[in-house]
Amino acid sequence: MEKFVALGDEAVALGAIHAGLAAAYSYPGTPASEVMEFLIRASQEKGFVARWSVNEKVALEQALGVSFAGKRALVSMKHVGLNVAADPFINSSLTGANGGLVVVVADDPSMHSSQNEQDSRFYAQFAQIFCFEPSSHQEAYEMTRQAFDLSEAVGLPVMIRLVTRLAHSRSSIFPREPVSPKSLPTGERSHWTLLPINARRRFQVVLNKQEELRRLSEESPFNQLKLAGRSSPLGIIASGIAANYVLENWPDLESKPSFLKISTYPLPEKLIRKLMDEVDTVLVVEEGYPFIERNLRGLMGIPGKRIRGKLSGDLPLSGELSPDHVRQALGLKALARLPKLSSPIASRPPQLCQGCPHADTFLVLKEALKDFPQAMVFSDIGCYTLGYFPPYSAIDTCVCMGASIGMAKGAADVGYHPSIAVIGDSTFGHSGLTPLLEAARTNTKMTVIILDNGTVAMTGGQMSYASGEYLVKMVEGLGVNREHLRLIEPLPRNLEANAALIKEEINYPGLSVIIASRECIQEARKKKRGQE
Amino acid sequence: MKFDLILAGVGGQGILSIAFVIDRAALLQGLNFKQAEVHGMAQRGGAVQSHLRLSDGPIYSDLIPKGKCDLILAVEPLEALRYLDYLQPEGTVVSSSSPYVNIPDYPPIADLLDSIREIKNHLIINADQIARKAGSGRVQNIVMLGAASLFLPLELDHLLSALKEFFQPRGQKIVDLNLKAFELGRQEARLQLKIN
Repeated sequence: MEKFVALGDEAVALGAIHAGLAAAYSYPGTPASEVMEFLIRASQEKGFVARWSVNEKVALEQALGVSFAGKRALVSMKHVGLNVAADPFINSSLTGANGGLVVVVADDPSMHSSQNEQDSRFYAQFAQIFCFEPSSHQEAYEMTRQAFDLSEAVGLPVMIRLVTRLAHSRSSIFPREPVSPKSLPTGERSHWTLLPINARRRFQVVLNKQEELRRLSEESPFNQLKLAGRSSPLGIIASGIAANYVLENWPDLESKPSFLKISTYPLPEKLIRKLMDEVDTVLVVEEGYPFIERNLRGLMGIPGKRIRGKLSGDLPLSGELSPDHVRQALGLKALARLPKLSSPIASRPPQLCQGCPHADTFLVLKEALKDFPQAMVFSDIGCYTLGYFPPYSAIDTCVCMGASIGMAKGAADVGYHPSIAVIGDSTFGHSGLTPLLEAARTNTKMTVIILDNGTVAMTGGQMSYASGEYLVKMVEGLGVNREHLRLIEPLPRNLEANAALIKEEINYPGLSVIIASRECIQEARKKKRGQE
Repeated sequence: MKFDLILAGVGGQGILSIAFVIDRAALLQGLNFKQAEVHGMAQRGGAVQSHLRLSDGPIYSDLIPKGKCDLILAVEPLEALRYLDYLQPEGTVVSSSSPYVNIPDYPPIADLLDSIREIKNHLIINADQIARKAGSGRVQNIVMLGAASLFLPLELDHLLSALKEFFQPRGQKIVDLNLKAFELGRQEARLQLKIN
């Protein structure tokens, strides 16, 4: 087949299609969104299911249903999305997979677009499942194809772990002949019904499979061991894209060390032992947390061996790696280069777009809160989190999807007033309904502002389930008092009236929900361009 | 052959369009490439950059090591200065002189241009003016690509084919506008470098 240009995310998506994918689900999140974007574009022609879900948990549950029905399913999400989906994820290892079930998780070391840099390899270990970590686009494609076969062969879900730099890097791949989708007979209900009597048995099955998983990892051709013999006392263990940073610097190494590239988990123990037998010192280079390094070191270390890496301070514990970090850890001199300017360069953080409806809502909120300087504004995750920055400085929190409403309720429960939650329409659909249900039943004295711009804006304008009339009906349906469910249009000309309305609702001694509704300016522009 | 460049600008200025055209031209020329881009939060009016690596051999790192970058192509002068420590001592900066002011502490433009002029190999292009001459202030990115094309290890024909291919879905008018922008940018660079 012809060369194909793809982002790392897209290479995974193409691999899934070529493996006979039947259905895929996801919730938008950087750096994973482009997996589903690609699948949706391709699905119209190829006739598989590819849909944005309301959140990652629902996405994973739908994929599990597909797998139980005997078809191949993919679910993709950013790293923190797996926290949301953790419940079905961990339990899916006990139920096992029938049709191949592949969980694609994209980590974001350096937190380019995230609130933490957790490492999903721990989740794979937690669920005791197999995990691939590609280092290149071609590997991302090949591993995804293999992940489906492996999932069916061992009867467990399989994880593909990506990181930002691969997910959002573009390069060309050589695809292979696709295989056609197939259907397996449905499985055994006692596997899927995790009553204690079944779950105990199923857990033992997972434990019994560990040896096979380790063997598969040890035999995987994606793990490569190159022994230097006794010519070098140094060994390097590198995984995923971190291995590229080693290879980038390889030509400059005078004495070539032994080198083990790890691409699969559980850790290929035999290969690691072979390397360790040959070297005095090992440098572990991995993107994310010191997962391999910590496993290798254990509590006591290895007598007679020096283990270097993130824990030893040779590489940074936070932020993504670079070829420069690895160069330094390898003891190579920095390359000659131009110096940075002597004076610092003004930073240019991201900001709300010109004409953004959220900007108007924040200006109104600031106006309304002039009378309430003690107000706490619990915010959520989306473009509107940028309201933290001047000139708005309008929000006080951002923790996780949907947290705003629960936090505002907690503060209100202990008498804090005004306690205000600010949440976007899609985030509300993702995780805001359940806390609002609670606040409505208890008629908690708090104010919830839902910013309805009709889209998942920050990740590129994906569909939002909780928008427009639907949103109003949902909020009403949760039991919010109709008189205190207010709609505003955040426009500069409405500033005074809107501020007065917000003040009125803050003073109401119960739950108010204000929906500020105006289309995302980027989406409006896209539509206009489409009509031209 | 290896050639590493950093595309620098502000989210929304179209550096990913430049990247696409270069990627495509590299492919037409039979070269390998890796191109790291920025999506998500930073795209909202923040500083964005793309590391683009071209080679006739294998490319390992998606990121350019500091000291390996051959060319910084900046569609904005403040952004031209942000990644200087990636540039090799003989590297080149091709920068637009048209500022994109969306921060309160944006430095005086004259200071920025002075700093760029201190770099041994540099080219400063009035992208806004040339883009308007081509027909629209919105094609500054392609003006800059045209100017930088003299430094790229890519054949002109491949760049032009890639450019046409990229803009074709938006109609012939947009294709022509961008071809003009490219041509005027390239002309300006030739003029400044005294190449006939």
